[in-house]
Amino acid sequence: METQVKVDLTNFRLETRKWLEENCPISMREPITDAKQLYWGGSKGKFSSEDQEIWFERMLQKKWIVPYWEEKYGGGGLNPEQNNILNQEMSRLGCRKPHINFGISMLGPALLKFASDEQKLHYLNQICKGEVRWVQGYSEPNAGSDLANLQTKADDNGDHFLVTGSKVWTSYGDKGDYIFCLVRTDTSSKHTGISFLLIDMNSEGVTTRPIKLISGKSPFTETFFDSVKVPKKNLVGTLNDGWTIAKYLLTHERQMIGGIGETDKKKSLSEIAIDVLGKNEGILSDTSIRSKISNLEMNEKIFDLTIQRALDEHKAGNNSGAASSFFKYYGTELSIQKEELRLEVNGFNSTEWTSEESRNGLEARYFCRSKGHSIEGGTHEVQLNIIAKRILGLPTK
Amino acid sequence: MALVINEEQQMLKSSTKEFLDLKSPLSLVREMRDNNYNQFSSELWTEMVEMGWTALTIPEKYNGLNFGYVGLGQVLEEMGRKLTVSPIISTVLTSTSLISLSKNEVLKNMLFQEIMNGNKLCTLAHEEGSHHSPNIEISIVSKKDDVLVLNGKKRFVIDGSISDYFIVSANHESEKNVDLILVDSKSEGISFNNKVHMDSRIYSDISFDNVKIEKDNFLSSNGDGFEILEKTLDIARIGLAAEMLGNVQQAFEMTMQYLKEREQFGVKIGSFQSLQHRSALMFGEIELCKSIVLKALQAIDSDDEKLPELASLAKAKLGQVSKLVTNEAVQMHGGIGVTDDADIGFFLKRTRVTQRTFGDSNFHLDRVAKINKY
Repeated sequence: METQVKVDLTNFRLETRKWLEENCPISMREPITDAKQLYWGGSKGKFSSEDQEIWFERMLQKKWIVPYWEEKYGGGGLNPEQNNILNQEMSRLGCRKPHINFGISMLGPALLKFASDEQKLHYLNQICKGEVRWVQGYSEPNAGSDLANLQTKADDNGDHFLVTGSKVWTSYGDKGDYIFCLVRTDTSSKHTGISFLLIDMNSEGVTTRPIKLISGKSPFTETFFDSVKVPKKNLVGTLNDGWTIAKYLLTHERQMIGGIGETDKKKSLSEIAIDVLGKNEGILSDTSIRSKISNLEMNEKIFDLTIQRALDEHKAGNNSGAASSFFKYYGTELSIQKEELRLEVNGFNSTEWTSEESRNGLEARYFCRSKGHSIEGGTHEVQLNIIAKRILGLPTK
Repeated sequence: MALVINEEQQMLKSSTKEFLDLKSPLSLVREMRDNNYNQFSSELWTEMVEMGWTALTIPEKYNGLNFGYVGLGQVLEEMGRKLTVSPIISTVLTSTSLISLSKNEVLKNMLFQEIMNGNKLCTLAHEEGSHHSPNIEISIVSKKDDVLVLNGKKRFVIDGSISDYFIVSANHESEKNVDLILVDSKSEGISFNNKVHMDSRIYSDISFDNVKIEKDNFLSSNGDGFEILEKTLDIARIGLAAEMLGNVQQAFEMTMQYLKEREQFGVKIGSFQSLQHRSALMFGEIELCKSIVLKALQAIDSDDEKLPELASLAKAKLGQVSKLVTNEAVQMHGGIGVTDDADIGFFLKRTRVTQRTFGDSNFHLDRVAKINKY
């Protein structure tokens, strides 16, 4: 029995390898160097190259946009082992993800757990086709770290809700088709007066305004709701129980942000440092930078092992103890430290902002962007509060 | 290999904990220190031998248990929690590993038997300077009137004052090899300077003055001495990191307990955010430590080619984190933390020694950089 499973998985691996080699365009196997090289889909989505379109279409046909969701939802129906193999084979060839969408990484898991069958069939199938670009509406001007203080209200108005208020830090809000929102449906209670609502961004009364960051880029918007009509069927889960969904979804967001910073960089920091600073008697000539790099690389390697251990513990049915808060904190902290160290390694070159040589200040802007990593998705301090209270059980008074 | 311990290893860990709770409470460390720095409880050692701990890593071929280093790591971790004083590091972790790598079958049979029976204690005499180094500068084996003699000075020999045998690393005068030689601690020409260190344990500086050695007592052969030594050191680094993991977990847990009990300004001090954040950071660092220690222990058992790097990552990380956690533990205990009455100081003092043993974080970060060619 067991051997048969192994044989099947081996066959699956060989077939997958062959299919990827035949179908993934060569240019789609290059590391990502620019955000444009990701395809986010939705009504405003544009392919940045012919190969990107070909790759998306082929993966769509194969139902591998979300390979691990059930087939009835438009997924590929792969079991965890098969999905693992697909991931391994894709990274072996360096294949890019054909489609990125918060609908896959964040909303999807929440819908699978909390939505009605009808909602699941409708929205998950859309996501698997890349038709709808989802964005997230959580934070508000007065509800950042204190998220449950949110005030955007959804009033019961017969067959629909009437939504009024505003959200901030909506990632790519100007490009979204739909927004999943936390709204206040009961003002008499803080945590148990929040509901989880899906809102069409083309509805009358929805507007967005970009927020320009210190990196000079605007990946976030403010999003305004002025008496927006939202059908009742767009409520996910129970009325006033949205906080449960929010918490569940935040753990997915933390894991996602925790993984930031591993993309695109072809050369390791030590290799760059050798190019820039040179060697002396076989070792990097600046020994102070050398030990900083060694220390950072140690922590990166051990952090990767810790992610692996958490997954293995989970598979073995144990609770690893390390919570998503820790992964969010440490993953972003490492990426922040790395950007800082990259500036040290590259010296004057690192602060160039508009030159051609610096590819329009790629490093300087990455550095500035990294400063947001310890804030978005719950600040460093909020993560540490969560660990102290929920894991260590330290007293509140 | 999945980064989890299996059921058998978990059972060993639990039984070790039960045993040590009973036989080696923290109070024993204090008792032994106050008894003129006693280094050895023969009663405790006999029971450890009966539990099979000396046979854990010895291959079946030599009647050992062949349980592997992940298993031994669990024992060391639990001992780290209790700061148990025993010859496990010197005799089992270091010497047994080195002997396993030797091709001298006669010595192997003899030594394994004696170690498993608990009859003899054995230690590596290797360091020569103030800092750890795998290199040998002073000790030398040479021929004098057709007899082989050992001359040199070794420092910081763990359990040197209680061991029956030393495994001495020395350069061979004519062959430019590193030799590893078994020397009876009572041989003529050996003199000791036993020194109590901060952790209340005795480390010996040992001089070898024309000590006669037999051809049969070489554990190295055909120039494999340095290779055996390096691998032994890597295993020892990882095993010690496992002990350190026990040290930091215990110190951390004792501190969290204290934060939940101690009141100031009318509230539990654990409610202060400055302490909560530092505690949360320590929690995360300890999680990282668990991952690298387990990975490195597994690498010994699977004969992973990355063993040197993993050993250095483990020792470097545990060196840093044990410093962080023991410092914070004492600080968070406040005034009581710097009194001898409190146990927390024992952890600070033990880790200051283990940080340096088999190489500190600076040494290992440098080594990681070299392994990665920068």
